[in-house]
Amino acid sequence: MAKQLLKGNVAFAEAAVRFGLQAYFGYPITPQSEALEHLSGRMLREARVFLQAESEVAAINMVYGAACCGVRVMTSTSGPGFSLMAEGLSYIAGSEIPVVVVNMMRGGPGLGNIQPSQADYFFMTKSAGHGDFHPIVLAPASVQEIIDMMGLAFELAEKYRTLVLIAGDGSLGQMMESAELPPMQPLPALRPNWAVTGADGREPNVITSLYLVAEHLEEVNLRLQAKLADIRQHEVRFVEAQTADAELLLVAYGTSGRICTSVMRQARQKGIKVGLLRPQTLWPFPAQRIGELCEQVRGILVVEMSAGQMLEDVDHAAGGRVPIRFHGRMGGMIPMVDDVLADLQALATSLGLAP
Amino acid sequence: MRHQETIFAGFGGQGVLFAGQLLAYAGMSEGLHVTWIPSYGPEMRGGTANCTVILSEQEIGAPVVSHPLSAVVFNVPSLAKYEPLVRPNGLLLVNASLIAAQSAREDIRVVYIPASDIATELGNIRIANMVLLGAYIAATDIVSLDAAKAQLDEHLSDRQRKWLQPNMQALDRGAALVR
Repeated sequence: MAKQLLKGNVAFAEAAVRFGLQAYFGYPITPQSEALEHLSGRMLREARVFLQAESEVAAINMVYGAACCGVRVMTSTSGPGFSLMAEGLSYIAGSEIPVVVVNMMRGGPGLGNIQPSQADYFFMTKSAGHGDFHPIVLAPASVQEIIDMMGLAFELAEKYRTLVLIAGDGSLGQMMESAELPPMQPLPALRPNWAVTGADGREPNVITSLYLVAEHLEEVNLRLQAKLADIRQHEVRFVEAQTADAELLLVAYGTSGRICTSVMRQARQKGIKVGLLRPQTLWPFPAQRIGELCEQVRGILVVEMSAGQMLEDVDHAAGGRVPIRFHGRMGGMIPMVDDVLADLQALATSLGLAP
Repeated sequence: MRHQETIFAGFGGQGVLFAGQLLAYAGMSEGLHVTWIPSYGPEMRGGTANCTVILSEQEIGAPVVSHPLSAVVFNVPSLAKYEPLVRPNGLLLVNASLIAAQSAREDIRVVYIPASDIATELGNIRIANMVLLGAYIAATDIVSLDAAKAQLDEHLSDRQRKWLQPNMQALDRGAALVR
């Protein structure tokens, strides 16, 4: 396929269609509504299911139901809508069914605004609902990467029978970039054998998150935790740039991550030996690699569009071995290269690394 | 290395976002990496509209810049906002039909184009955006005018199709004023 100029929201929606999305249920909210607009026509033309629900609560429960039936299903939303979905997300996690949810984060808390943000990090990685679970959380930094990650999201969701979240932000949703869509892929031929498909000639499949006997529920939890440990071991993803000789390390994801690419280039021109680690999975988090790099670098600068949420995971990974500085913007503000560079230079100076 | 960072700014309805998009399409057709990002706050309705377009041979990092290499300003508020931000040795392109003021900057190249007047002459004041884009392309050489015209032919909506030739002429007229 040739490259096209695509808006992030349209790109992930179209990518989902091409990766075999069978049903979409959602409720419009800025800054991701273009996804619904695109899918409303596209899914109907493909004779697949598109439904605008009456609320995000309804949408996530429709997604839950469709996933129980073994079809490839997703929804997408932004902050306030994601909050409304939390109960359903926990049911989905407890029921161990594959579901993909895109959250194009916007400024909060509360109604906040419609500008880009990364302040749903805690919510998405640590407590997307009640109970003990983690979704897999993917963090794209470009229109091309959100396209590619739609395919990965369905693959991981189905492989582990788990909830996969895509952590985008408003600017990624609204930005146009040249990117290549995958070719149209066939829909899954069969529904999985655990799905609720009508029990003619076989024992009924039961999908539930309700276990009234404590011993049974603990067993379910132990199985879930074993699966999460497996995911933690095998699905950590990140991109590293110029770390080979780095004395300083930038850690940032998504839009902040690509901003740090520019920071790194400019800092290198000034003679500052800095590298970048950009997590592509926020859960599981590349803690081990950051720990290894702490044996090499003298200091870390974490950049986020939040008050410092991933910062806590970096801090934990670093274990006090190197000083960590933080550059954060909130309320829909995007970190600017000049400002981050100034912070990086200050860190270099404080460590006696200024060229 | 071919590289440009440009802010297009004006009122909603002046074709600010489309001018930026057309530049992005032209850059892409010439094999450059491109990003186009609009300001998408609620202020867009009837208020100011702007977009940042980056074209580069290198993979693009930050899609937004605090100090652009170039700014194309369609109206007075945009001049006030972006004139101080253009990087030294950069380019400021001014729609002189709507902006009477002269820039006080001496460290940048300032080009005044009576874009709205030329557009009116061509039969549609709304194609002032193409006059300015033509001038911008001639001033920066970041893409060829032919690439912009080819992309215009491809991406002008059916509803606007009847204005294809005036749009092409607008690109030429803008470019001619700079060359």
